[in-house]
Amino acid sequence: MEPVIIPPASYTILGIPLILLYIIIPIIGVALFTFIIAQRMQPLVKAAPDNRFDQLGLRLFNMLKYAVAQYKQPRYMLAGVLHIVIFAGFCILSIRSITLVVVGLKSGYTLPLFDTWIGTIYNVLKDIAATAVLVAVVVAAIRRGIYKPERYKVPEKYGKDHTSEAVFVLAMIGGLMVADMFFEGSDLAAHMNKGLETHYVLFPLTGTWFVTYILTLCSDATLQFCHVFFYTVHEIIFFSFLNFLPLGKHFHVITSMFNVFFMKLNKGSVKPVKWGVSDDQLDDLESFGVKNFEDFTWKHILDFYSCADCGRCADQCPANHVGRPLAPRFITIKCRDFCFDKYPLREESVDKGPLIGSILEEDEIWSCTTCGACEEECPLLIEYIDKIVDLRRGMVDEGMVPQSLQKPLNALGKRGNPYGKTEKKRGDWTKPLTKDEGYECKILSGKKADSAEILFFADSITSYDDRIQEIGQSSFRILKACGVDFGILGPAEKDSGNEVRRFGEEMLFQDLKEKNTKAILDANVKRIITADPHALNALKKDYDNLPPVEHVSEFLYRMIQEGKIRFNPLENQSDIYVYHDPCYLGRHNLVYDAPRTVLDNIPGLKRVEMERSRDRSFCCGGGGLMLFYEPVEETRMGKERVQMAADAGATVIVTACPFCMVNIEDGIKTSGNEGKIRAIDLTELVDQQIVK
Amino acid sequence: MQIFAYIINKDGKADDTALELALAAKKLDSDAQVTAIVAGSGIDNVCQEISAAYNEIWKIDNAVLAYPDGEIMGKILPKLLPENAVLLLAHEYLAMDMAPGLAIRTDSAYIADVTGIEGMDGTTGKFVRQEFSGMVSTHNTCDLSNGAIITVRPGVFASEETPSVGGSVVDKSGDIEIPETNRKYLETVEAEVGDVDISTSEVLVSVGRGIEEEDNIDMVKDLAEAMGVDYSCSRPIVDAKWMEKSRQVGTSGKTVKPKVYMALGISGAFQHLGGIKGSPFMIAINKNPKAPIFQVADIGVEGDILDIIPELTEKVQELKG
Amino acid sequence: MDILVCVKRVPDTSENEIEVNSEGSDIERDDLVYSINEWDNYAVEEAIQIVDKVGGSVTVMAIGDDESEEIIRREMAMGANNGILLSDDAFEKSDGRGLATILKAAVDKGNYDLILTGAQSDSGAAQTGAMLAAMLDRPFASLVNLIEVKDDSTLKIGREIDGGNQEMHEIKLPCVLSIQTGINEPRYVGIRGIRKVASVEIPTMGASDLGIDSASIGDAGAKTKTLDYFVPELGEGAEMLEGDTDEVVEKLVEILKSKGGIK
Repeated sequence: MEPVIIPPASYTILGIPLILLYIIIPIIGVALFTFIIAQRMQPLVKAAPDNRFDQLGLRLFNMLKYAVAQYKQPRYMLAGVLHIVIFAGFCILSIRSITLVVVGLKSGYTLPLFDTWIGTIYNVLKDIAATAVLVAVVVAAIRRGIYKPERYKVPEKYGKDHTSEAVFVLAMIGGLMVADMFFEGSDLAAHMNKGLETHYVLFPLTGTWFVTYILTLCSDATLQFCHVFFYTVHEIIFFSFLNFLPLGKHFHVITSMFNVFFMKLNKGSVKPVKWGVSDDQLDDLESFGVKNFEDFTWKHILDFYSCADCGRCADQCPANHVGRPLAPRFITIKCRDFCFDKYPLREESVDKGPLIGSILEEDEIWSCTTCGACEEECPLLIEYIDKIVDLRRGMVDEGMVPQSLQKPLNALGKRGNPYGKTEKKRGDWTKPLTKDEGYECKILSGKKADSAEILFFADSITSYDDRIQEIGQSSFRILKACGVDFGILGPAEKDSGNEVRRFGEEMLFQDLKEKNTKAILDANVKRIITADPHALNALKKDYDNLPPVEHVSEFLYRMIQEGKIRFNPLENQSDIYVYHDPCYLGRHNLVYDAPRTVLDNIPGLKRVEMERSRDRSFCCGGGGLMLFYEPVEETRMGKERVQMAADAGATVIVTACPFCMVNIEDGIKTSGNEGKIRAIDLTELVDQQIVK
Repeated sequence: MQIFAYIINKDGKADDTALELALAAKKLDSDAQVTAIVAGSGIDNVCQEISAAYNEIWKIDNAVLAYPDGEIMGKILPKLLPENAVLLLAHEYLAMDMAPGLAIRTDSAYIADVTGIEGMDGTTGKFVRQEFSGMVSTHNTCDLSNGAIITVRPGVFASEETPSVGGSVVDKSGDIEIPETNRKYLETVEAEVGDVDISTSEVLVSVGRGIEEEDNIDMVKDLAEAMGVDYSCSRPIVDAKWMEKSRQVGTSGKTVKPKVYMALGISGAFQHLGGIKGSPFMIAINKNPKAPIFQVADIGVEGDILDIIPELTEKVQELKG
Repeated sequence: MDILVCVKRVPDTSENEIEVNSEGSDIERDDLVYSINEWDNYAVEEAIQIVDKVGGSVTVMAIGDDESEEIIRREMAMGANNGILLSDDAFEKSDGRGLATILKAAVDKGNYDLILTGAQSDSGAAQTGAMLAAMLDRPFASLVNLIEVKDDSTLKIGREIDGGNQEMHEIKLPCVLSIQTGINEPRYVGIRGIRKVASVEIPTMGASDLGIDSASIGDAGAKTKTLDYFVPELGEGAEMLEGDTDEVVEKLVEILKSKGGIK
């Protein structure tokens, strides 16, 4: 059929066929793109190894769930919906984009099967998608440019604002949509003006529909111009956009699928010092941790490339919230920019020296409580904890440890607990139980070791802190009431080392791990129960070959399911209870419902939820070594959390972690809520209410 | 026997310890003839001031000695003192610089920072010292007939009594030569002056490690404000940078002479107590009933200051209406 | 600059409870955790920082038994270049002068521009550095909280004196300084660092290696003797207030009022 409008592939200007342009632009575009990607691969090649090729089936599933199905996006509803629309639109339009490039070389080109009804339906979808994308892009631009939501703000010390980059890209995307509408619309309008069949279904209210009807008012010459002009515009924007992607935050468009595919599968654990180097080979390593940029693994560098600068991590970060010098988003952005500076596209790579002291500050890295809120939130599954741990390993290796942490670390090395108290007294928390309450306590270590089925792992704070010993004692009584055959390690127990490892003192952790593992295996128990989520995490994720470990709330949940325990009704039923999810029980170990079920089984207990609960729980301030660190901050996490509980209408905060208890009780005092709100541990409440 | 006492003086005034050394000497030998050695420049006043307590005062007046210098005096004294002399000094900055080396140069025994003197058994002197930051005490002896340099903890031998020995001043300025030393005094850099000079405060609310966290410091300031008085602290609080150095009470901080002193969460280490002069009325609150502060306080409370301070502040505010 | 730092292995007093043993002859040493004397650690850090700036070496020396090697190794893990242990049964029961005599003999075997000691240790006598300086006839300063290297032969130093003031001096090398806590922020020594130096040879010297006359050391050479250890009888002390928080606070307010504590 003779074309009503001359298609771009056949068009000439002053005798020069434009098809030359449509050959050259893609060639240059793709060549440049390949070059840029190759340059961007350089640091990945030089980086440390990372083990990301295991469990391919699970990886594929995750890729579909998080990257394709955009699973985390709706956690921020408006931005999430906008992004899903734009992303879905991109996916649908990808076919169109490929077609369009070839159309410039061969007019009327369609992909195989798309010259049938499949093509007609696709075109409708394409038009709807393009319209949706255009609307989304406009809303997004207004949101970014005019309303300026808080989490996109760039504090002065981190440099210039990023809004112009964001709006520029939105404009490019919008431009692509509009250009295609005009390219398609001009052809359709030309046909319609001549009363010819288009074999095209113009879906009402789509952009293409609007544009086509407006264009029917134009002359043939105008339509011809539009057709070729907007095609060329589309080509140029398309290939510019493609090459712009690896230059900034929109690199995520290319890397996101890969980044999600390679995501960290074993949540809550910490990466080894170097993949491929076993624990016994650690002594031979020259250097520990991340000091220079290439000490990061290739996946970590891929993370830097994949950051969409959305600010959700920093928005959820408790350290950021209380004014510590840490915002996860900016660690990533700064490292990304450092990488781009160090590996410029057109020159040789530049030596830029170590990270700490140049783009990253010591306090910035020590401020992290490893709560995991950032990782939970990131739609691209970017990891932070492993990087922070690696940076800390580097600082520890260089002796750059704050004075406030040196004392507890030295004490842990000498006495196995951060308080420096003697090992002999580690089991003394059971004395009130055995001496005053007539219980029998089995000690599963030492020369005259008892034996038992289950080990109750107390860990350091429960063993030595006056207030927290009460949690240990309540746990003890509960286990006895349930008829559990258990014992403690007593003096042979060392700190589980959860924070020791996460604060970068890997060798001290290995030392504690070795000693604890030996003591536990010698005790020959079938299971381990603990009331300390940090100990739970370390034993489960960082230790090897131990019997199964569970938290006391999981144990209680089972007892309830099996009908083995009952609770007395609460005496004071006017209290409103709220449960605070500890980071190491909730986010890191996925125990959200067990404690809630326990509470809900206590007659007369009224319970509310805080806005930030479950995997959005707000860290109390941290545990282990974090209790010794003296951060620079504007307020305290514990104080903020108590206020959240008060705002939810609670009069009692239930915690399930000794460190949460310390921080929350402290927060109650310092927020002036003494008398209005109190805190109780789950075990204390159960001990109080259980029918013995 | 003759016992010498080195008198510290600065800017024409004798240090508080000047009279304490005389009493310490008497404790060692009640019949002792105690000779004070006063070195400095323009020190006639000092010699007069202390003459009531000493049998004899040796004056060494020389412009070079205007600022007390341990290196210089450490070389002058061996030539000035008779052989096998027994010399007492106050255990403070100058003595720590000079006394041990002096013991070597005079081939004498050296016992530092005695907190008690139990007299003599023949020619053997018996002393009490502390070790391990005051957690334990020891009895120490040495043969005084072969010479001894003893430093005495300031404040231990303080007394309200006014002695009336009235010794004469002997000018020994000509008997000494200013030695060459390889250390030269340049200047003294004063500690930063804070917004308040606690050394003149009449009442002090003082806080120590028991406050536990920086955030809790505010409650101490609130209490001081409610009472209308100044606040101060012990060394660990300054080391942690929770208060300015100018508010530190102690031997390496400020010396205070209040009438009323509240020690909140302070253990009572001697370095802190060493900064408190004049025996104020002291109220101590501490979680540990064995804390040394309860030995020196007048009123004690075994309790957690974090609980008590806010209530106390409230009551004081109520009282003031 | 070649710097020697004299260090001592002492019981850790921060959480340890120091008690007198049953015979009253010493403190109860079972179960004690030992570490390097805190003042000495500051001295080693200072020495390492000086050598980082002007070059040279840091040697750490201790008098003790095999267990003192642990301390020497830790300081080498921190950054000291050499370690020397002075060990001999004859050294036991030496008083401060005896220890300084031993150190002097060891110093004479080497060539050190600067010698640092901690200002004091667990005995609280604060004498070793000053005595060593007098025996070597070198200039000395105690309670040093600042060191600046002016040139090959001169240092500018600050001494901590009363009232938080600082005395500034110029001192010529070779000299001896005793170091006060707070002069710097000692770096952290991790388990990894300690493992790296775990098999380094630490030369040991005894009385004959040093050429010391046994009459000048040990019990024989001591001019001062320690008779016993004891805990003094506690005097009457404070009048303790009884009651719950409310009652106690009421009483406190009354007392404060009557003593003029409330203005």
